[in-house]
Amino acid sequence: MPIKKIVSEFFGNEDARRLDWRIQRGGYEAARKALRTMSPEQVIEEVTTSNLRGLGGAGFPTGRKWSFIPKDTDKPKYLTVNADEAEPGTFKDRYILEWDPHRLIEGVIICCYAVGIHKAYVYIRGEYVRPYERLQQAVDEAYEAGILGPKVLGEDFSLDLYVHRGAGAYICGEETGLLESLEGKKGWPRLKPPFPAVVGLFGCPTVINNVETLSHLPKIIENGGQWFADLGCERNGGTRLFALSGNVKKPGVYELPLGTPLRELIYEHGGGIQDDRALKAIIPGGASSAVLTADEVDISLDFDSLAKAGSMLGSGAVIAMHEGICMVKALHNIEHFFAHESCGQCTPCREGTGWVYKTLSRIVAGHGRMEDLHALRIHSRNMTGTSICALCDGAAMPLGSFVRKFEHEFEYYIKYKRSYVEARSETVSI
Amino acid sequence: MSFQFTEENEKKFADILSRYPNKRAAMLPTLHLAQEQNGFISEEIEAFVAQRLEVPIVDVREVLSFYTLYFRKPMGRHHIRLCMSIACWIRNCDEIKAYLEQKLGVPSGSVTEDGNYSWEAVPDCLGACELAPMLQFDKYFEGNLTREKIDELLDGIQNGHKS
Repeated sequence: MPIKKIVSEFFGNEDARRLDWRIQRGGYEAARKALRTMSPEQVIEEVTTSNLRGLGGAGFPTGRKWSFIPKDTDKPKYLTVNADEAEPGTFKDRYILEWDPHRLIEGVIICCYAVGIHKAYVYIRGEYVRPYERLQQAVDEAYEAGILGPKVLGEDFSLDLYVHRGAGAYICGEETGLLESLEGKKGWPRLKPPFPAVVGLFGCPTVINNVETLSHLPKIIENGGQWFADLGCERNGGTRLFALSGNVKKPGVYELPLGTPLRELIYEHGGGIQDDRALKAIIPGGASSAVLTADEVDISLDFDSLAKAGSMLGSGAVIAMHEGICMVKALHNIEHFFAHESCGQCTPCREGTGWVYKTLSRIVAGHGRMEDLHALRIHSRNMTGTSICALCDGAAMPLGSFVRKFEHEFEYYIKYKRSYVEARSETVSI
Repeated sequence: MSFQFTEENEKKFADILSRYPNKRAAMLPTLHLAQEQNGFISEEIEAFVAQRLEVPIVDVREVLSFYTLYFRKPMGRHHIRLCMSIACWIRNCDEIKAYLEQKLGVPSGSVTEDGNYSWEAVPDCLGACELAPMLQFDKYFEGNLTREKIDELLDGIQNGHKS
C-alpha cells in the first residue's frame, strides 16, 4: 500500500504556494466546513479523536491542550505558532513553510475557530528567510482574498495572523521562552504553573502549537478524526514528517505513519548508509534525545516506544551515524551546542552545560583523565529535572546515553589520547 | 546626524506597532528593520529604538546581547554563517570551515580587509541538515558544500554574477 502523504502532499511543487492553485485543489475547504457546519466543540472532539500529538517535540495530545483554555474569560485569547525550528537535525517545518504555507494558514483558522481566538502570531526563526518570505506572501494573499481578516471566508468570524521573526536563539523554541521573546524580551523560559493556556502571551490564555501539528488539521476535519487515528498506531495518530540526516544515502523529509520501524526509514526511504558502511548509532529525535545503538534499529517510531527505550521521538529528527564517526567527538559537538544555547537562567544548566563542554574539550584534546567520565555521569544526573525548562534535560540525555552506550570509546580516548575510531581505521587501511 | 527611519521604513514601523497590544512587543521586528537600514545596531540606534518603543535603553541592550542575529558592529558586504551543528559535522563541515578560513584569510567572527565578507562558524543548527554541510549566504541557504562550491560561490560574487 502506498504511504499516505498528508502534509507533504505538495512538497516540491512550485505552484502549491499560490493561493489560486491551492484553492483549485481543495485548499480552505476544510476551514469552510468547520466554520459553516461544525461547532467549536465538534472541531475539538474530532481533533481529540484523531490522537494528533504535538509534533514540535513534546508529543502532548493536541485536543487536550486546547481544552485547557478557559471558556469563560473576558481576556483576549491568542494562538502562537511555533516555527522556531532549531533542534539540531530538524528541518521539517521549513518544508511546510516553503512549499505549502496555505496548509498552515488553514490549520491556524481551524484551531482559532475551535478555541475562539481572533489573533494569531507565527514565531519563525530569524535564519529562515525564504520560509518567512513565502509564508508572508501567502498571508498577504489570504488577506486579499478575504480568507483572513474581519470575515474569515465570508463567515462571521474574525482572525488576524501576523508573522513575527525571531533573532537567533534556540531557547525561543521552548514555548514560554517563545512567549517572552514575542513580548520583546530575552527568551528566558517561565516557571510553570501558571501554564500558557491560562497565563500566556501578554498575560492572556494562549495556545502554542507547532507548524506541522496545525498543518494536519485540514485533513483531519475533511476526513474525520477516526480516519487520522487509524493511520497511526495506538495513542499516536496519523503520519508525521521525519527529517532524516547524517550518514544516509538520501537525507531528506519523509512523511510516514507513526509506528514505522526506524530500520525502514533509514534503509528503505533513506537508501541505507553512505558507502554501504555499517550503521553505528542513531539520534532518533533531535540532538536532545538519547542516542540509540545499531542494535536498537528495529524500534517503532512512535512517542511511547521511544520513551520506553529511554529516548524520545521528539521533533522527528533522525540522525544516522556510521562506523567512521567518533562518538566522543560527536558528543563534544552536541554539548558545544547546548553550552552555547543555554540561556543562563538556571544554575544546573548554565554551569552544567559549560562544565560538560569543557570536560569533553579536554578529552578530545588528549588531556582527559579517567575520573572525567565519572564527573560526566554525575553531571548528567544532576542536570536532569533540575531546571525551569527542558534544555538542560536535553543536554543531559545525549550526555548520559553516549557515555553509557559507548563507554569503551571514551575510555580509549582518555587512555591513548586519540580517537578509537581513527586509530582503528588506520590499522585497517595498512 | 542622528539615526532616523527612512520614510518607507517609518511606514513599516507604524505597521509593526499596529500588530501588538504594547510597544515593547515590537522590539525584535523594530531591531530587524533598523539593521536592514543601517547594516548593524549602533549605540545611537539602541537609543533611538528605546525612545521609539518607550523602554529604557538597557532593555534594548539586553535583547541585543541575547540574540545572535543582531550585529553590533559593521559587517562585510556579504555575511556567511557556516553551520557546525551535528548533522553538518557528520558530513565534514570542519573541512569546509578550514577552507573558508584559508580562502577569506580571516578567522571566524571577523570581516575581510576589503570589507566584502564577514563570516562565522556557528554552533547552532541552521535547519537544513539534508543539505549538509551547508551555510547561509546573506539571506539564503547553500548546501552540499565542497571546496569547488565555495570557490564558485565566492568567485561568482567577486565577478558580479550574484547580487
